[in-house]
Amino acid sequence: MAYKNFILVCGGTGCESSKADEIYRNLLAEAEAQGVKADVQIVKTGCFGFCEKGPIVKVLPSESFYVEVKPSDAKEIISEQIVKGREVKRLLYKKEQQKDIVKLEDIEFYQKQFRIVLRNCGVINPENIEEYIARDGYAALEKALFEMKPEDVIAELKTAGLRGRGGAGFPTWMKWDLTRKAAGDVKYVICNADEGDPGAYMDRSTIEGDPHSVLEAMTIAGYAIGSNKGFVYIRAEYPLAIERLKIAIAQSKAMGLLGDDILGSGFDFDIEIRLGAGAFVCGEETALMQSLEGKRGMPVPKPPFPAISGLWKKPTLINNVETYANVPVILTKGGTWFSKIGTEKSPGTKVFALTGAINNSGLVEVPMGTTLREIVFDIGGGIKGGRKFKGVQTGGPSGGIICEKDLDSPITYESLTALGSMMGSGGMIVLDEDDCAVDVSRFYMEFCVDESCGKCAPCRIGTNQLHSILTKISKGNGEMSDLDNLERIGKAMTKASLCLLGGSAANPTLSTLKHFRDEYLEHIQEHKCRAGKCKALVVYSIDPAKCIGCGLCARRCPVNCITGEKKQAHVIDASQCIKCGECFKVCKFNAVLKK
Amino acid sequence: MAAVQTEFSADLVRFIEEWKQKPGSLIMMLHRIQEEYGYISRESAETLARMIDLPMAKIYGVVTFYHFFKTTKPGKNRLAVCMGTACYLKGGQTLIEECESILNIKVGEVTDDGQFSIDSVRCVGCCGLAPVLMVGNDVYGKLTKDQLPEIIAKYRN
Repeated sequence: MAYKNFILVCGGTGCESSKADEIYRNLLAEAEAQGVKADVQIVKTGCFGFCEKGPIVKVLPSESFYVEVKPSDAKEIISEQIVKGREVKRLLYKKEQQKDIVKLEDIEFYQKQFRIVLRNCGVINPENIEEYIARDGYAALEKALFEMKPEDVIAELKTAGLRGRGGAGFPTWMKWDLTRKAAGDVKYVICNADEGDPGAYMDRSTIEGDPHSVLEAMTIAGYAIGSNKGFVYIRAEYPLAIERLKIAIAQSKAMGLLGDDILGSGFDFDIEIRLGAGAFVCGEETALMQSLEGKRGMPVPKPPFPAISGLWKKPTLINNVETYANVPVILTKGGTWFSKIGTEKSPGTKVFALTGAINNSGLVEVPMGTTLREIVFDIGGGIKGGRKFKGVQTGGPSGGIICEKDLDSPITYESLTALGSMMGSGGMIVLDEDDCAVDVSRFYMEFCVDESCGKCAPCRIGTNQLHSILTKISKGNGEMSDLDNLERIGKAMTKASLCLLGGSAANPTLSTLKHFRDEYLEHIQEHKCRAGKCKALVVYSIDPAKCIGCGLCARRCPVNCITGEKKQAHVIDASQCIKCGECFKVCKFNAVLKK
Repeated sequence: MAAVQTEFSADLVRFIEEWKQKPGSLIMMLHRIQEEYGYISRESAETLARMIDLPMAKIYGVVTFYHFFKTTKPGKNRLAVCMGTACYLKGGQTLIEECESILNIKVGEVTDDGQFSIDSVRCVGCCGLAPVLMVGNDVYGKLTKDQLPEIIAKYRN
């Protein structure tokens, strides 16, 4: 049956939570009710990436790109577009200023993007293996099994120059090669989908939108290193991704693409899903393997590296979701093709989860070497509400903040490290003038205190010490000697911690100390937080010249500390004030001052 | 003294019997128990310990290491306020404080009638919708604290 139209509804977690599923069901019901069921195929796809404007619905072949769709819009989409062939203009994406209506390829959010990892996200139905196959899915596996020797697969990765997308950037081919050459009959392949970095959801979206790309790559990896068993270690907090993986595994087994004697080649490979349980440290590969063995997820010293002695002391290959998702494309299009994208030392693309004080939050995939400025201002559309840009935080709790002057450096593993941050898994959080450098550092340190596994002293004690000093500064009780202590302890942790969690926990603090030292000084010397985030340092007062005595603030004050006669200037009793900021928000006359 | 144990359902027993054959499956079994009861009580841990012949200390070592596992019973409606970076910067802390003040309990506590509990969680992965609150499996995004009383009221009774 040939369909005339296709409606793609985003089924990523972000859009799902804004009722995408209801939109999908309404569209199906409306198509049936209006008698056009045979003309249109309605598909739930993976993430389109443009989460800011979700839920997203796209209609083909007209390429109509609808944003912020509501379940009640389903009727009109069917009756106008499918029945009468007219676009629903009011739902089309509009540029803020020009008010003109644009197609997807004209939207600046997509223009500088280049999709390899997310090639199928928002295009296919992730719960249907045939759609994956129709887009060259499993062609790479077939090629590997029948046309290539294991060494050839690894050689292709070497030509491509693919590096680990989990953050550290270790050459992928080298990992595969080491595991292949390690002695032993039993070897394992692991996919690290324990995406614990707060503010990052690249791996989740990849699995939700295109689970087969990961399964295919793991099977290829099994063939290349000589393993018959793979594990996907995924966060329990990602129920939708887990569900789609389960469906994908069942479908590929049913089609003989996974399991015994794959495609009649004689090669066996099985994949099992194992759940994490909310421990950030399990993203570290040795801790992850401890957890897979059913133990507390504490890192163990390296060497021996997992390639030699990993899961149950067997040679183990462990890569992250995004790394795997690149592999099938490299095999079908060739390593040379891949190596020409991005920069010489960091070929390919990188997916970032762009969030924070930015107009277009979402998932973006750009060639390596793109500058931060292009991501923040062109793709991201700049800062919300026209406020002033302050910095970009990359690498999550292990990264640092990059400020204005460094925005033009191209993104590569080396350049981000040189700027005192790191690539990390791909969280990219934009800060504006309302965010406080001390507060952000304190936030990340609190996270690291919670997540430190406690095995080694530099991390266990160091994170606690840094956290208490940062808290002290944010409360206005800091001393000048604290700054030296932050640096001294931070550097000791970086050198002496057992794993990268502790080894990089001080990065947000050290990088803000370097780039935003004046803010630390203000907190300590002037007891002032310019962003107004450190509550203890904020004082609210009312400007008698501007106050007209409407009494709105007094009514909103939860502790009744604002008093004054009607039509007379009101006064805040600072000793009772809990600094909730309600008065500041409700005043229509800008009479409430925040200092 | 024999410790009190929980009687597991036939389904759960079958799951454990199946997984106990596989190496490293303790965490998967704990997930299944928590799915059934909402938390891992001492009694359930005791039952599991006997079924898979593993010391309680080992089981508790694992349960307490991972944030996902709860050892106390959560409220019927679990409010999970996201404190991932994006949500924190966009006011996650204010949401927590407002939930605390509406329900008159602190993070990690359960209301007296067992209806609600509040948790602060690390990133539910909807950063585009920050700040985010989850009630059970329902996600509420781009929230302001003024919307909270209405949302909470929906789940009351």
